[in-house]
Amino acid sequence: MKETKTSLRQAFTNPIFKENPILVTLLGLCPVLIVTDTFDKSWGMGIAVLLVLIFTNIFISLIRKIVPNEVRIPVFIVIIACFVTIVERLMNAYTPTLYSSLGVIISMITVNCIVLGRGEAFASKNGVLPSLLDAIGTGIGFFLAVSVIGLVREFLGKGGLTISNPFTGVAIFSAYPLEDYAISFLCDKGGAFLMLGLAVGIYSYVRIKLDERKEKEAAQVEVK
Amino acid sequence: MEVITSLLVVFITAMITNNIVLTTGYGICSYIGVSKNRKSAFGMGVALVFVVFMASLVSYFLEMLLVALNIEFMQTICFILVIASLVQLVEMIVKKFLPSLYKSLGIYLPLITTNCVVLYVTKQICDVETILTGLGLSGSLANNGFFNFLFAMVYALGTGLGYFVCIVLFSTIRTKIDYSPVKRGFYGAGIALVTTALMALTITGLAGIF
Repeated sequence: MKETKTSLRQAFTNPIFKENPILVTLLGLCPVLIVTDTFDKSWGMGIAVLLVLIFTNIFISLIRKIVPNEVRIPVFIVIIACFVTIVERLMNAYTPTLYSSLGVIISMITVNCIVLGRGEAFASKNGVLPSLLDAIGTGIGFFLAVSVIGLVREFLGKGGLTISNPFTGVAIFSAYPLEDYAISFLCDKGGAFLMLGLAVGIYSYVRIKLDERKEKEAAQVEVK
Repeated sequence: MEVITSLLVVFITAMITNNIVLTTGYGICSYIGVSKNRKSAFGMGVALVFVVFMASLVSYFLEMLLVALNIEFMQTICFILVIASLVQLVEMIVKKFLPSLYKSLGIYLPLITTNCVVLYVTKQICDVETILTGLGLSGSLANNGFFNFLFAMVYALGTGLGYFVCIVLFSTIRTKIDYSPVKRGFYGAGIALVTTALMALTITGLAGIF
């Protein structure tokens, strides 16, 4: 009983930090490059991916025993496309400004490697509850990484921030204190590659350092 | 005459100045994953050019059917089904008739299903007029049915070749980086993305020559 508990917890927490879909496993980078020029678009995309992940992971794990092994990829991708279309239509109806600013990238969630990757690697081999937890964990990992990169890029690239209500499109908070010092290059595609590269590099550098410290502590304990 | 120059402009811009990877960021997953050596980058590039062109050809006519039936919101589902089955078909044909090519492409063919470039191109060519006006050409050229088709196909071919050029160039740079002393943590994907940023800057400098 205890073993299943820890594995459930791992299914949830592993994808957030240890196997972060963007910063560690480098899956689904396309939306990160395209949407992160403003904070609003970034977190909107994060929520959309989270929703699609939850639905597809549950559905794939429900039908995992029926689908023949040879045609599983086309079957999974059609399931993903269906849920992406549903989310797209919902966003078009309830968050029209966010929908029009994101544009074609919402339907590109279909070919996002994270969604198919989690469905194929996890949901097609595990039960419904672990799959749900895995989807939520992966979605939160994606959401956090995208939001942080979007926040940094908008702040440095435009010298300030605008946060608006997604349902009405009205700005809740808007301040540009450093507008004269904005590095507009960071809002271009070149800046997107640069910021993502720096984020990946710094994240793995910090992880290496933390691992080294842990090893040192373990070695000291052994010596004592 | 105007049509020929416009076709040329669409082709060159899709391939170089509006390069799909460096100016939009689509297809970056396979770009980072497969560019580790030149041979696999070459294989992936060739396979992608082929699949993009075939998928565009099929989905161009499929879109006509969807518009006629008034169910455009089914676009994503239909196109992805076309792409997935086409990739599987191409894999089977190549395996049967060109076994030596299959050996070198083998593992990259199934990966193309989840390459954003294919779906993006098939969606873009449904609206040729926007592509033309985006390049500063007259959108009225797209009114003629045959020219519309021609522009769509040239755009698809140019974009596929753009991906091919980009991934092959980058793989040659990357083989050099592998032997360089890189800061810890940046080794691998981090430095690859930073290098891509420099390549993207170079392409930005070329923008607007047409």
